[in-house]
Amino acid sequence: MKGERTNRLRVATLWLSGCSGCHMSLLDTDEFLLKLAEAIDLVHSPLADAPKFPSGVDLVLIEGGVGTEHDLERALLARSRSRQVVSLGDCAITGNVPALRNPLDREAIIREVYGVAWQPERLPALLPAVLPLHRVIAVDLFIPGCPPEPERIRTVLTAIIRGEAPQLPQEMLSFG
Amino acid sequence: MPALTLTIDGRLVSSRAGETLLQVIRGNGIDLPTLCYLEGLSPRGGCRLCMVEVAGREKPQAACVTPAEEGMVVTTGSERLQRYRRQIVELLLAERNHTCSVCVVNGQCELQSLAARFGIDHVRYAYLSPRLPLDASHQRFGMDPGRCVLCARCVRTCDEVEGAHTLDLRGRGVRSCISIDLNEPWGRSETCTTCGKCVQSCPTGALFEKWTARGEKVRAPELIPRILAWRETHER
Repeated sequence: MKGERTNRLRVATLWLSGCSGCHMSLLDTDEFLLKLAEAIDLVHSPLADAPKFPSGVDLVLIEGGVGTEHDLERALLARSRSRQVVSLGDCAITGNVPALRNPLDREAIIREVYGVAWQPERLPALLPAVLPLHRVIAVDLFIPGCPPEPERIRTVLTAIIRGEAPQLPQEMLSFG
Repeated sequence: MPALTLTIDGRLVSSRAGETLLQVIRGNGIDLPTLCYLEGLSPRGGCRLCMVEVAGREKPQAACVTPAEEGMVVTTGSERLQRYRRQIVELLLAERNHTCSVCVVNGQCELQSLAARFGIDHVRYAYLSPRLPLDASHQRFGMDPGRCVLCARCVRTCDEVEGAHTLDLRGRGVRSCISIDLNEPWGRSETCTTCGKCVQSCPTGALFEKWTARGEKVRAPELIPRILAWRETHER
C-alpha cells in the first residue's frame, strides 16, 4: 500500500553515460532477482516505472560516466537523496569507453558525429571530459568490470541486504 | 662463491654474493610484485614496485637493483610499502589511457592484475587523458603509447636479446615515449627485424600484433628468459 512503512531497502539505479550493460548484468543475476525482490523496493530505475528520483533512498547503483550536464545534475540529485552510492561498472569508476573522447576535441567530435544538422538545444550539453563518478560526488562503494560480472553485483548486494560491509575479493576487483 | 646471511621478513636466509635482493626474496618463495623487471634482461629499477625496506636506510630500495649484503634486515610488505605500491599503480593508471575493456590484452595484462592485487577499485587521481597517436605503420605490429607504462622492457629486449636496438625512450617524465629509430614511423624502420620479441616482453597492450581484438593478444613473456637460457647452453 502506498505510504506503508516497511523494513525493505529503498533502492534506485541510475543510467548515465554508459551502454546499459551494467543493468543487463544486474538482470543476469538469475534467481537472486527473486531474493532481491523480497528484500528491496526498486523506487527509481530505467527498469522501473518511476520517472522522478524520490527522496529517502537507502542505496543507489549508478552506471555510466559523467559525460553531460544532465548526467551531472542527476548524479548530484541522487547523492543528495541517497544514503549510500555505488559506482556500478568501469564507466562510472574510470570513464571507460565514453571517456575515449577525453583526449580529443569536443567540438570536433560533435561536428564529426552530427554534421551540420547539429542542434545544441535538442541534446544535453557535453562536459569538456567524461569524469568518473567519484570526481563529482562522494561514492561509498565500487563494483569494477565491463560489465561487472553478475557474481560481483550479487556479492555486494547480498552483504548490503544483510547489513554487512561489502568487501569484494581480489579476483572480483579487476577492471575490464 | 661466498655465502651471505640476511634477514627477510624476520626469517634468516642465505644467498650467494652477487645476487640482488629481488633474486634472494623470490628465491625464498616471497611473491614480490614487479612490473619493469623481466627475468634475463638487465634490471632497471624503474617501476619501483619491488621496493623493500632495509634497516638503517631511510628510503625504500628497489630490490631488483640492490645487491644483497651480509647482515641486511629486509621488510617486503609493510603497511607503508603496500600504500606506496598501490599509489604507484594508481598513478600509472591515471597517467595514460588504460581502457581495459577495449584492450587487446584484457584479462592477461600485468598492470590490470597488479591493480586488482593491490585492491584498487578506483583511482583517486585525475586522469590526464593525454592525446597519444597510435603507430600502425608496421606491417605486423602496432604500438599504442596510451597503454605504455614506460617499463622499457621492449627497449632492453630489442637491445639485449635481439641486438637491434630499434626501440628507445625519448622525452622526459610522464611525456616520455617509446621511440622507433630516430623517431620514425615503425613501418619505415630500417633496423627493426620484425622479430616480435618486444611485443612478447610488453606487460600491457602497448605493443600488439595487428588484427587482434579485445583480449586476443597472445602473451608469452617467458619467451625472453627461455631464449636467453637456450643461448647460454648452446654457446658454451
